[in-house]
Amino acid sequence: MTAHHRPAALVTAPMLLTVALLASTPLWLKGAGLYQYLALEIMIWMLFALGHNLLLGYGGLPSFGHGAYFGVGAYALGLLQQRADAGLWLGLLGAASAAALVGALVAAFISHRRGIYYALLTIAFGQVFWFIAIKWHSVTGGEDGLLQIKRPALALLGRQWSLASNESFFYFALALFAVVLVVLWRLVHSPFGRVLRAIKQNEMRAAFVGHNVWLYKWSAFVISAGIAGLAGGLFAMAQQSAYPNVMSLHNSGFVVMMVLIGGGLVSFWGPVIGALIFILARDLLGAYTETWLLWYGLVFIAMVLYQPDGVAGAWQSLRARLARKRAAVTNAAPAALARS
Amino acid sequence: MAKPLFEATQLHKRFGDQVVLESISLSFEEGQLAGIMGPNGAGKTTCFNVLTGRYKPDRGRVTFAGEDITGQSPRQIARKGLSRSFQIMNLFNDDDAIDNVVIALPSVRARGWSMWRDLGRDASAYDEAAAVLARVGLAGKERTSCKRLSYGERRALEIGVALAARPRLLFLDEPTAGLGAEGTARLFDLINEIKRQVTIVIIEHDMRFLFRLADRISVIHWGQVIAEGSPDALRSNPWVQRSNLGAAA
Repeated sequence: MTAHHRPAALVTAPMLLTVALLASTPLWLKGAGLYQYLALEIMIWMLFALGHNLLLGYGGLPSFGHGAYFGVGAYALGLLQQRADAGLWLGLLGAASAAALVGALVAAFISHRRGIYYALLTIAFGQVFWFIAIKWHSVTGGEDGLLQIKRPALALLGRQWSLASNESFFYFALALFAVVLVVLWRLVHSPFGRVLRAIKQNEMRAAFVGHNVWLYKWSAFVISAGIAGLAGGLFAMAQQSAYPNVMSLHNSGFVVMMVLIGGGLVSFWGPVIGALIFILARDLLGAYTETWLLWYGLVFIAMVLYQPDGVAGAWQSLRARLARKRAAVTNAAPAALARS
Repeated sequence: MAKPLFEATQLHKRFGDQVVLESISLSFEEGQLAGIMGPNGAGKTTCFNVLTGRYKPDRGRVTFAGEDITGQSPRQIARKGLSRSFQIMNLFNDDDAIDNVVIALPSVRARGWSMWRDLGRDASAYDEAAAVLARVGLAGKERTSCKRLSYGERRALEIGVALAARPRLLFLDEPTAGLGAEGTARLFDLINEIKRQVTIVIIEHDMRFLFRLADRISVIHWGQVIAEGSPDALRSNPWVQRSNLGAAA
């Protein structure tokens, strides 16, 4: 009997390529006229978008208020640092847990929904947290936000490694990014991830073969919110502040636009590609015109109309076309031989 | 007489002010193939949906293997060993045929919370799924995308997904819907093959098909069971003859 299972590697070539490319940025980014902070920001957004895509791409669950969990992570890190004197790890752990906890609460209210109702509820909850961030002055600092968030030193191998410079903090964030990358890759190939994908395709059938659909949707939201919180915590340290804008509807929309443009619906790598394109467009187009978002928006519209599977989808269909052409050539060659 | 595997007593179901099921009682014996027939709009599919937990009955009781399952969710009922196929096909369309079956295996369901182990490495689950596909005549189509299967193959896969759960009781909702003569003949052979291994209940329009397969048939009309019995007994039932339901057989 032929074996029909298809193992997924623990670490894949695109993974190594992505991490290697990011790791090399300190060597050439300045020479290209850019700056290290840009790579750091892109990577944080990649992390956020990867977590978001667990919901959108794998669960088919459109969360349009995910900025809230990114923001909760940012504020949690700042508050833990300023009120509880938390160090690096406790701060980040707190950021991810706080966002996961808030996500768990919200998901409990929305996980019986799907489609447009799900989307609307996520927006509504997102706005609630944004509003809290602006109005609860005594905790969040209101519109000014939390300032002077530090990048605590990393204690490792009996040494203190300062993360104050953008380069060193970048490498620290890269290590976390690589870990999350591997964990998420495993997750989407695990039974959990596969059932989630089945739920995306047909929620009713998934229930009728005995899966607890609600609990899967809830868990996916919690994990996704936790990753958003981790990204938010890193962002707070990167920016050395946390402010309401990170929770805005804008930010929530940006991550959706990243995931879709990159091709999150058809590829694990969609969010990574999308975050890169988005932040680069912001900085490069933004240098020429203040209305860069207008142009980006137009590209987004064209993409949704003509290439809804995003960059990764375009790449996949190109590869499929090439493979067909190659197959046609190899099939044609023996035929030509036979004729001659 | 042994207690039936599945028993529904006095089921009522209404949508708004329309009564769809009025005091329906049905029972299915272990090891038999039971048929449910009746004209369009008689309440057959609603009946099926109430029996499999998609809708809750307004009144009445449903027991399976001696346990009261009235009003339980499809998930709970499925886990007790009751599986169903759908009239309008309900598959995981983006996945390959074999992945559709793998997702429905109880062994995979039990490990659904594993977030680290790669399901693609689980050769035994895939072997089990391949065996299910072979049973429904889809050997060789394992890695064909569900979308690219023919209509008849999708019908077979629909049953394969339901069989994957290793049910004690299998409900098939209009399995011949949309199939041509050849497809229907193939499906007949398939069901005839599996009917010795699992208790089956079929809702069916195609009388010839049902009369040749079923051990027992219940006729539903106006939300009630109007006749019941073996195919032979029903053929001579005056109501069945008058309503022309049995004519094809």
